[in-house]
Amino acid sequence: MPEVTLKVLRFNPETDAESHFEEYRIDANPMDRLLDLLHEIKWYQDASLAVRRSCGHGICGSDAVVVNGVNRLACKILVKDLPSEITVEPIRGMPVIRDLVVDMEPFFAGYRAVKPWLITDDEHEPTRERIQSPEERERFDDTTKCILCAACTTSCPIFWSDEEYVGPAAIVNAHRFIFDSRDTGAAERLQILSSSNGAFKCRTAFNCTEACPRGIKVTMAIQEVKQAALYRSV
Amino acid sequence: MSDNVHVFDAVIVGAGGAGLRAALEASKGCKTAVVSKMYPTRSHTGAAQGGMCAALANVEEDSWEWHAFDTVKGGDFLADQDAVDVMCKDAVESVLELERMGLPFNRTPEGKIDQRRFGGHTRNHGEAAVKRACYAADRTGHMILQTLFQQCNKQGVEFYNEFFVLDLIIQGGVCGGIIAYEIATGEVHTFRAKSVMFATGGYGKMFKITSNAHTLTGDGPGVVYRKGLPLEDMEFFQFHPTGLYRLGILLSEAARGEGGILRNGDGERFMERYAPTIKDLAPRDMVSRAEFFEIKEGRGAGPNKDYVLLDLTGIDPEVVEAKLPDITEFARTYLDVDPLKEPVPTVPTAHYAMGGIPTNVNAEVLHSAHGEVVPGFYSAGECACVSVHGANRLGTNSLLDIVVFGRRGGLNMAEYANNNKLIDVPEDVAKSSEEWLRSITEGESTEPIAAIRKDLQEEMWDKASVSRTDEGLGQALGTLDSLKERYGKARVKDRSKVFNTELVEHMELGFMIDIAEALVISAKARTESRGGHYREDHQMREDEHWLKHTFINKTADGDTRLAYKPVTMGRYEPVERKY
Repeated sequence: MPEVTLKVLRFNPETDAESHFEEYRIDANPMDRLLDLLHEIKWYQDASLAVRRSCGHGICGSDAVVVNGVNRLACKILVKDLPSEITVEPIRGMPVIRDLVVDMEPFFAGYRAVKPWLITDDEHEPTRERIQSPEERERFDDTTKCILCAACTTSCPIFWSDEEYVGPAAIVNAHRFIFDSRDTGAAERLQILSSSNGAFKCRTAFNCTEACPRGIKVTMAIQEVKQAALYRSV
Repeated sequence: MSDNVHVFDAVIVGAGGAGLRAALEASKGCKTAVVSKMYPTRSHTGAAQGGMCAALANVEEDSWEWHAFDTVKGGDFLADQDAVDVMCKDAVESVLELERMGLPFNRTPEGKIDQRRFGGHTRNHGEAAVKRACYAADRTGHMILQTLFQQCNKQGVEFYNEFFVLDLIIQGGVCGGIIAYEIATGEVHTFRAKSVMFATGGYGKMFKITSNAHTLTGDGPGVVYRKGLPLEDMEFFQFHPTGLYRLGILLSEAARGEGGILRNGDGERFMERYAPTIKDLAPRDMVSRAEFFEIKEGRGAGPNKDYVLLDLTGIDPEVVEAKLPDITEFARTYLDVDPLKEPVPTVPTAHYAMGGIPTNVNAEVLHSAHGEVVPGFYSAGECACVSVHGANRLGTNSLLDIVVFGRRGGLNMAEYANNNKLIDVPEDVAKSSEEWLRSITEGESTEPIAAIRKDLQEEMWDKASVSRTDEGLGQALGTLDSLKERYGKARVKDRSKVFNTELVEHMELGFMIDIAEALVISAKARTESRGGHYREDHQMREDEHWLKHTFINKTADGDTRLAYKPVTMGRYEPVERKY
């Protein structure tokens, strides 16, 4: 088993004036997830390490962290794909509560701002399902994959410098409805996203696309939303 | 302290599919809060993959009665047939309602909701597999969770995220709220309410190999059991046949629904021997048992012959990429195996609790095996036992269960809250919870709780999983006693108030040990084999003695008591379960 060194950025508001790195050495299996190593620390070396996690296989979106400078889910990056020295920090641009745990409220506020729910103008709800062709369904398939882990938003340099920016994940979730043939709320969402805190803040750095653990083409989705806002057509 | 007392009409604990569906309904009729130990979108509903069955008949002829028959037979005739009828009838409207909320189901060429095959679901009482599962690729649960969360946001449902439930308030037999621990601050809160729902999910984390999240520790059933209220059918736990080797991460049954085949180490399609008609699409308990015996009898695959193979190489690669993208990625990421090119090593994995907090079809919690209810207390989803799944749940019926009974529970909670008064609670109602927290954060710790948890998971896996014996279960009870003793001495080392997750894990382990005991005692008593409960020393189903639900509760002096409740029969008489 190779030995790896984990440098974890620690901060406990009850005892620390500022954050600092602590080092841990662990015998790791190449197929171990980074989350397994964080558990090894927490369970057997230093119980005070705070980290959020749940499903352990990249679906719940709890454990986005910065790994050697890039955003990853701790449960979806394996030791074999990392060097023997691994640096782990909390995701950036949001207040740190403790260690790797950040306050997610600003992230969800941006999400809620774009009205991420189906809007329809039906006078009467249909009694059966709404009809949607496979092609219409395919149009927004990519952005339905979002697990709201915040890896994209907290990798965005614009978001770091401007907390009012709704961020990539909010735009992805707006995209999911704007391009859904059943939805009629595109105009109001595009108006929100045309404001100074909306989609046009994006400078296509592509950090978000690289950070997305679900492989969503985030930057592409943002560009499509910008185009729709410019031409008011979807 | 008064800042930490909240008053609502309805409080729902848990923000997975059942909790959110209940919240949508309850909050239309009364002041409602959802209290969850995680952010709602982290809930394990999001990990469900394959689909949600309903007899829409969009693709093939179907009827809700056929669905009900399959559910009863799949559950080895232990399900209450009145409840199954309710679920299978409600299923059609429940799926359509989710579609109208915006859920992006896959579509037929005509634009209707598409449907596919799933284990144990058949046409006309077992003639052949039927296309009944409505799905959104292999992330149906994710889409249900997202859609319900979207609707809750639209409706302005009030959430208390990262609040961990410690206790249930019951005064004079009537429910009056809950006590919860705020993880971000370490404060104890009292939520007074006229109606309370537990929708806290499963408890598969008591087993070594599981598809369940780290957070699925049975907190809701744990609280209920400690209150002296009964748990039902705890011995029935489902082991899913296709967990990723070593890890237990789920590979959906949809993989077999789309044409995947299970093979043993000799390359043989072994399910042909166990279920000649529907083969690889037999119910999960039968397939897991078949795998167990293949491995036990030396026909496993791999250098240690300790797994079987899920072979997807015969399916059109485009179908795999389009309909099974997530599970394909799981195999690539976690095992370094490309399912398009080679078969995937799989093992049975602890997946789903059929048992739990007993309820009736209105999601009202039962006080005893006689059927009277605890006024104001509701439960829905995996932590509850209606019982619609009987001794073995059919694939896709869990997503159905959460939506159907979440909705019914939410409606009834609002009605109850609007017709009843808030009960009085003593000033010191949170005292025992505060004392519990104090007791585990004072003094020296003897060992890390992770060591105790690991021993629990290994013992439950070895003695109380796919195959059980009286001797093994007896040994497990002894082990549980010693684990309880060790747990009693273990302390939380981290004494911080802010986001103390060691403290949360400690409390979770306590609940898990308690309900593991309920499971083992119930399993030891049931001297027959039925559904997910297989006894090597009693291999036959014994309807004459055992066509009944187990109720277990703790008595005031700390003992446990077993009682039994007859199964509600209906159109279907028990027959031998062949597929």
